[in-house]
Amino acid sequence: MSPETLKTLAQASNYAVASATGVLALAFVAYVAQWGFARKLAPERELVNAGSVEGGSGADDPAERSNMAGGIGLSLTTLATLVLLVGVATRGLAAQRVPWGNMYEFGCAATLAALIAYLVLVRVWEIEWVGPIITGFGTVVLGASAMVYVPAGPLVPALHSYWLVIHVLGAMISGSAFLVGAAASVLYLVKSRAERTTPEDERRGFLWRIPSSAKIDQVAYRVHAFAFPIWTFAALIAGPIWAQYAWGRYWGWDPKEVWAFITWVVYAGYLHARATAGWKGKAAAILALIGFATFVFNFVGVNLWVGGMHSYAK
Amino acid sequence: MSDNAVPALGRREFTRWFWRQLTSMRTALMLLLLLAIAAVPGSLYPQRGVDARAVETYFLDHPKLAPVLDNLGMFAVYSTPWFSAVYLLLMVSLVGCILPRSFVYLKAVRARPPKAPRNFSRLPASTSFETDRSPDEVVAAARQALGRARTDVVDRAGDDGEVVREVSAERGFLREAGNLLFHVSIVVVLIGVAVGTLFGYRGSVIVTDEGGQFTNLLPQYDEFSSGTLFTSSDLPPFSLTLDKVTARFQRFGSPQAGAPREFRAQGTYSSTRGGADKPFDITVNHPLSIGSTSVYLLGQGYAPVFKITDAQGDVVFDDAVPFLPADATYTSNGIIKVSEARPEQLGFQGFFLPTAVTRGGQELSTSAHPAAANPLVGLNVWHGDLGLDDGRSQSVFILDKSKMTQYKDGDKNVRISLQPGMTADLPGGGTIQFTELRQFARFQIGSAPLVKVPLFGIVAGLIGLMVSLSVKPRRTWIRTRRDGSRTVVDVAVLDRVPRDDLPADLDDFLERFKDALGETEEKA
Ligand code: HEM
Repeated sequence: MSPETLKTLAQASNYAVASATGVLALAFVAYVAQWGFARKLAPERELVNAGSVEGGSGADDPAERSNMAGGIGLSLTTLATLVLLVGVATRGLAAQRVPWGNMYEFGCAATLAALIAYLVLVRVWEIEWVGPIITGFGTVVLGASAMVYVPAGPLVPALHSYWLVIHVLGAMISGSAFLVGAAASVLYLVKSRAERTTPEDERRGFLWRIPSSAKIDQVAYRVHAFAFPIWTFAALIAGPIWAQYAWGRYWGWDPKEVWAFITWVVYAGYLHARATAGWKGKAAAILALIGFATFVFNFVGVNLWVGGMHSYAK
Repeated sequence: MSDNAVPALGRREFTRWFWRQLTSMRTALMLLLLLAIAAVPGSLYPQRGVDARAVETYFLDHPKLAPVLDNLGMFAVYSTPWFSAVYLLLMVSLVGCILPRSFVYLKAVRARPPKAPRNFSRLPASTSFETDRSPDEVVAAARQALGRARTDVVDRAGDDGEVVREVSAERGFLREAGNLLFHVSIVVVLIGVAVGTLFGYRGSVIVTDEGGQFTNLLPQYDEFSSGTLFTSSDLPPFSLTLDKVTARFQRFGSPQAGAPREFRAQGTYSSTRGGADKPFDITVNHPLSIGSTSVYLLGQGYAPVFKITDAQGDVVFDDAVPFLPADATYTSNGIIKVSEARPEQLGFQGFFLPTAVTRGGQELSTSAHPAAANPLVGLNVWHGDLGLDDGRSQSVFILDKSKMTQYKDGDKNVRISLQPGMTADLPGGGTIQFTELRQFARFQIGSAPLVKVPLFGIVAGLIGLMVSLSVKPRRTWIRTRRDGSRTVVDVAVLDRVPRDDLPADLDDFLERFKDALGETEEKA
């Protein structure tokens, strides 16, 4: 490709990523509105009846408005995902390599993966209700990525390997599932608490229109059970193999590796906790959140803060 | 220990109690989390085995704190006694839990499915329906619907003396097998990694091209770390001579300008002392293997050759000095220590730019490209005592300025800028000449015995994990009895691991069951 084409592609990518950020922020607003409109609404079962009465009372009905906002949120999320897909793809074309070679690119690509995971799971398990958290988090990640923006360009030599594709792809897929799992765990904590403390007749608001805490917990477990083997593969198999090729050691306890290991251990703890009386429920959900925090720290803290304190042996 | 501290526990009981605690799942989890937490300091403080230079810098920056941390093992966390202790306890705990579980499992695999409990309604999911079919037909249909589950059929007398026929079925034995495989693999990985680190070694060395040499002896390494059971006589004898370093970059002017295209180190080596020379050609990801040792090309850079005369006119330095690249344009940093210089020792600290471009009048130059199109060296000069005599080993990349003074010109630091071939006068007398530009290669040399063991271990573990996460261990009971002309069928299911989707699964099972009975859609 000619230099001009590459430049145009890089430019297009920047526009697309910026637009996707904006659209995603709007999706977040719509989702928040969905919760807001439903503030005074009674639990879902009335909605089921209302749904069968065609027409209802129009857009003045808070349930209608809430549903509409939710629909808009989902559409905007889909749009943001498509635009971001264009952004990430053009970035890859402009740099002539996989578009996850630095922090900025990883932020964009990982957000894309998380949005796709969300949209797929919305179809499979109807988990629209984690929408506000996913879109909110995604907007923050895209915004933060913009702060570490670098122009499309070459990779450092150690990254020249197809293991980069495998390893990072695995990390992104499991990371996306971890995000959905963390979002579900937050809602689980909120909802199970509310179920214990709120009397039947005071149950108002969107929280009572999402599935029961048991159902949420089940979603959380399933995404974690899906993500954990992939994380095992990405962090403890593909990573070490690549390190062996590139640096001559499969495990060197460098900060990135240490934190990947910590994440793995915490999620292993989560899976155990789920199967242990007295630990399942709240404690397990908190472990899931800690696990996600260590995952995020590995990409933010270790890159910016620990990495700056002492260099990797590359 | 006083008697009342451990009241009723004799030594045997204590040992047994301790063993039970150690091998409980909660302890294992705690040890696992502890291992992760113990690993954290190693990610926050520089580690000798990872970056010895950073450790040295840390000592210079924190002269008070560093020795304290050093005593705690903070600069070699992963080989401290406390880290090893957690590691070992975890391993023992795992083995202690896997062995008994394996025996239990072996027994369970051979055992018959458990008898049906009396009261189905106490189970998490149960239902009943009636049918016209005979109990025999019901049992046949149940077997069909249960698929590959192991089943037992028992007849027994009901409360009113009628014949009650019970089907007990169990499936999902693979789950525990996967689970055991996973946990065994963790032990395998732990052992494999331990052996690798105990007997392995790893070091890095910088060799300049056009004849730079390396012999595999401990003092020749810039950085070196090895396992506790490694002795330097284990270093396999070999030596190499580096003839040529090739670094190609994308040409100037393309948007990918500066993108690395090829790194290559070529030369000769001999794998026995005084043996025949064989050529080598190492590229990134294609190491040279000599026995169990591999030589990797980790990086490369520029090594300007300097010739320095001191104030007395003696040539006190004539050597290539590796400048370590700091960014993608190979703006590089380097140090020259001239211990022979008289009357005082000299130290130089500065940068190297492969393609220097000057932006605007007095501004500092920057490098525009990693290839050496317009090489330029900029150096600041110190004089005094390099601090080499106090016996502590010192990195060649760090200048200890505590006993040195920088040369100034008024209140500006003296800076010497040189291009290849140029000579400059030194402020305290003498000269420095940038005679020619060479390149260096940074090799990593190391061997970790049994590398494949952790790999196979973790792959097996992943397989076990996926099996254990996807197989449902399920018990199903079906009880039939005649009630007049009808047959009453009670069904109950129980998961060995509690799951929330049991009722839905029961519905699925009923559907299959009734299909097999030939009773599609009979309202119960
Ligand atoms: C003495 C040590 C250990 C014991 C006694 C133990 C025990 C168990 C048990 C009983 C289960 C099955 C839970 C169930 O039935 O669902 C399990 C599952 C699991 N264990 Fe361990 N474990 C130990 C150490 C470890 C370690 C070191 C790891 C490393 C990460 C680990 C990772 C897992 C994982 C990921 C599962 C989930 C599989 C599943 O849900 O079935 N365990 N462990």
